[in-house]
Amino acid sequence: MGLETEAGFMTASLNKIVNWARRNSLWPATFGLACCAIEMMASTDSRFDMSRFGSEAFRASPRQADVMIVAGRVCKKMAPVLRQVYDQMPEPKWVIAMGDCASNGGVFNNYAVVQGVDQIVPVDIYVPGCPPSPDALIYAVMQLQKKVDNAVFSDRY
Amino acid sequence: MVDTDVRLGLSGSDLAIRDRQFKADVARLDESNLTPDTSAEFKALVDGGLGDEIVIAKRFRGQDFLTVKKERIVDILTVMRDDPECRFNLISDILGLDLLGFDREPRYEVVYSLYSIPHQKRIVVKAQVDEDDPSIDTASGVWIGAEWPEREIYDLFGITFVGHGDLRRIMMPDDWVGHPLRKDYPLGGEEVEFSHNVRDRVGAEDTPSPLF
Repeated sequence: MGLETEAGFMTASLNKIVNWARRNSLWPATFGLACCAIEMMASTDSRFDMSRFGSEAFRASPRQADVMIVAGRVCKKMAPVLRQVYDQMPEPKWVIAMGDCASNGGVFNNYAVVQGVDQIVPVDIYVPGCPPSPDALIYAVMQLQKKVDNAVFSDRY
Repeated sequence: MVDTDVRLGLSGSDLAIRDRQFKADVARLDESNLTPDTSAEFKALVDGGLGDEIVIAKRFRGQDFLTVKKERIVDILTVMRDDPECRFNLISDILGLDLLGFDREPRYEVVYSLYSIPHQKRIVVKAQVDEDDPSIDTASGVWIGAEWPEREIYDLFGITFVGHGDLRRIMMPDDWVGHPLRKDYPLGGEEVEFSHNVRDRVGAEDTPSPLF
């Protein structure tokens, strides 16, 4: 970037600016399903404070959210609902599969639980843990920010 | 492979069943049979003309258990609710039990866990349901709170409740086939991919797995 001190403007590539804006304001959609939701709540409390990283507002409406953090086990009954909420999110959107159950079914290898939410929605970041500590979730958000940094603008408009 | 066996519904090895039997035999030392003198509920049923319905009546470590036949279960539960010595007005829980593999007839049991708020005591009434006719009269006429637990038992065991106003699945998806908590229902899920059974890993014989 070039910085003109007297004229008071700076130049940058549009890609970089858009990516910078997006990575620093990733608003998650609340999709806490089970125990991982408690750790997700803990990561937004004062001790771990995820809003420092831009996730200031956890939007209840998927229409206003950027990232869907699937926190918890997804049952086969819940799967169509999950897909519908994902479809309702406007582009650009990302998915973080938080915890073992969302990543690969976790301890629940049975008839009722979907073995990994990537069978339903495309996942960008997997967070291992049962549950992952709030540090781990924040690290995942940081990794997602790195991924957003490298995105090419024309890919996801 | 043990994992596959469990997934196909062949769980419960002979050793595990024998272990359970042994522990049950040891626990039987804490058991005593009930009589109309020692148990007010037993007496209430006998006075109500339902004494023949009781199959087993025992007290185990301070908790009373009555195993009854299913034919007059509504009368039995009504006596439990209305008799002044009993007054079990809270239907705390209704459970289903599948005894396949335990060599017990009949196969199913419907367990009513009752609590009396006036007298502050609990009792467990177990109704025997056999495999050939897995149905029993509904308790939702006695306590309205029995509606949803009975739906759950229908959903997971396939025991129909005669006279239930709204008997449909409550936990599994509406179009699910089968009753998952029966002992002969397979566990499902997917086979875990270890290095010894992973399907197509290029050069699996030559390169060692990263784990060991």
